[in-house]
Amino acid sequence: MFSSELEKYDWDATTARILAKTAADVERALGARRRSVDDFMALISPAAAPYLEQMAQLSRSLTEQRFGNTVSMYIPMYITNSCTNSCVYCGFNRHNSFQRVILTPEQIEAECRAIRRMAPFENLLLVTGENPRAAGTEYIEQALRVCRPYFNNLTIEVMPLSMEDYERLTRSGLNGVVCFQETYHRERYKIYHPAGMKSNFEWRVNGYDRMGAAGVHKIGLGVLIGLEDWRTDVAMMALHLQYLRRHYWRTRYSVNFPRMRPSESGFRPNVVMTDRELAQLIFAFRIFDPDVDISMSTRERPEFRDNIATLGATSMSAGSRTEPGGYETYPQALEQFAVSDGRTPAEVAEALRRAGREPVWKDWDKVFD
Amino acid sequence: MEDLIIGGRRFSSRLFVGTGKFRSNEVMSRAIEASGTEMVTLAMKRVDMANPADDMLAHVRRPGIQLLPNTSGVRDAAEAVLAAQLAREAFGTEFIKLEIHPDPKYLLPDPVETLKATEELSRMGFVVLPYIQADPVLCKRLEEAGAAAVMPLAAPIGTNKGLVTRDLIEIIIEQSRVPVVVDAGLGAPSHAAEAMEMGADAVLVNTAIAVASDPVRMAGAFARAVEAGREAHEAGLGARSRCAEASSPLTSFLD
Repeated sequence: MFSSELEKYDWDATTARILAKTAADVERALGARRRSVDDFMALISPAAAPYLEQMAQLSRSLTEQRFGNTVSMYIPMYITNSCTNSCVYCGFNRHNSFQRVILTPEQIEAECRAIRRMAPFENLLLVTGENPRAAGTEYIEQALRVCRPYFNNLTIEVMPLSMEDYERLTRSGLNGVVCFQETYHRERYKIYHPAGMKSNFEWRVNGYDRMGAAGVHKIGLGVLIGLEDWRTDVAMMALHLQYLRRHYWRTRYSVNFPRMRPSESGFRPNVVMTDRELAQLIFAFRIFDPDVDISMSTRERPEFRDNIATLGATSMSAGSRTEPGGYETYPQALEQFAVSDGRTPAEVAEALRRAGREPVWKDWDKVFD
Repeated sequence: MEDLIIGGRRFSSRLFVGTGKFRSNEVMSRAIEASGTEMVTLAMKRVDMANPADDMLAHVRRPGIQLLPNTSGVRDAAEAVLAAQLAREAFGTEFIKLEIHPDPKYLLPDPVETLKATEELSRMGFVVLPYIQADPVLCKRLEEAGAAAVMPLAAPIGTNKGLVTRDLIEIIIEQSRVPVVVDAGLGAPSHAAEAMEMGADAVLVNTAIAVASDPVRMAGAFARAVEAGREAHEAGLGARSRCAEASSPLTSFLD
């Protein structure tokens, strides 16, 4: 399990190791045939800031080599904002009083139709809060069954499940699982996630092992930028990715770097990451792992997304609503976070084409499940 | 230099040597000495197990050396399992190098039979080191089957061609959770050093030492090359620089 691997890395020592990287370390990382996590640390370090242009070039060429001139399109569907956790930064925090919604199968189907009317999406990301009693595995399984006829590829972003539950959902048509660790800082994690199932660090960080052991086709990792020192957090995530690749080598992986956006919680980010830093991180990740899918949500601004789509990002959402029922049923309900790119999928697709990238809507077929 | 651990045993030398093709047992014995090796492989088919005073064995057995009996000559998994059991009885070791090459010309390993035999021998408690093609997927399958290390070939046995499979071995090293021992085809100390610089955990050399004009000196040369390569790997190699200035910067949107 990854938690025992993680114990080998002291948080403060890792932070110090990243900050001590020099220009020579960065140049060595840029020129290496293959990059280690140590090289990755050099690429995300402050010492790499002057190398941003070189990193962009290398990141673009590695991305084109592996993915060609394409960007895979996906869309999230929030099916419930019901949640028993009290994550201090999240709009779905159980202490926030607003209308909680658990979409019925009929409503989920109406959402599917609304999405398909909007654009030819085939990659659907189903999102829930964490309420195992009211919206547990059975509910998620039912939702997957409802969505199956409308989409070729189904990914979930829900609470960590048991291995048996991942296996069960895979049999019901699940292709991928996205789960954000939020932070790898074991002690501080407890402060952000004081109650509910999510307060259990081990259960969450070892969830990826359970996904891998269950044979989930694609696993998505992420940390929430805005909680702890982002450099240390993403370095731990790189270690995690390397560990997962070695153990669950039949699985594909994606990474996500959501920067905290304003939400109903009113939480102010502890650290702010600039656009330049986010770009540096994306380039560094691509250079470290040329095969990983780098996903970019509508949290980011249009101009940033259009540029990053040619420099390292390989999948993108568009037209997203971050509230349950947002496409059809309850267009006014509360969102998890505010989007920055409010363009329609057609507008995003057009912008990608102008930038020389082909938006790919379908890259999987359910007959292979 | 970090120690290497395989099957619970610690090795401070990362050079493993073979015992075939020497012009005399006496030369072989001195070459083993000069190599500083702590792991020596020998073919079951060469050893006269009925005779405890077998001359070859007497030259190989010495304190500090782990014997690694190999199954060279077997053609399938069933024969390999039998050979491994005989080896355990004869030498009192769980270590076994699986060599299943039904093809007598190039001696290329059979991946299907090797995987089967690895599964079975691991279940029986053997420390299994399979000799295989430089096939990254096969290596992962062997790891899952319980192999204690994987031994991908650099080039066909005895060819002295060096790291012909370099790109594939790089992938194997990147992905592996068990030690990677580059076996077969290393013809010169520089080849061994290159494999070690890439991050291989050890190399196994036989022909290049055995058929050198002076096998004893060649064994010493390999020992130093392996050590230098490992040191370089641990020290962190500098990279070739890769500089280019774009005329229209890609990152101007960030200004």
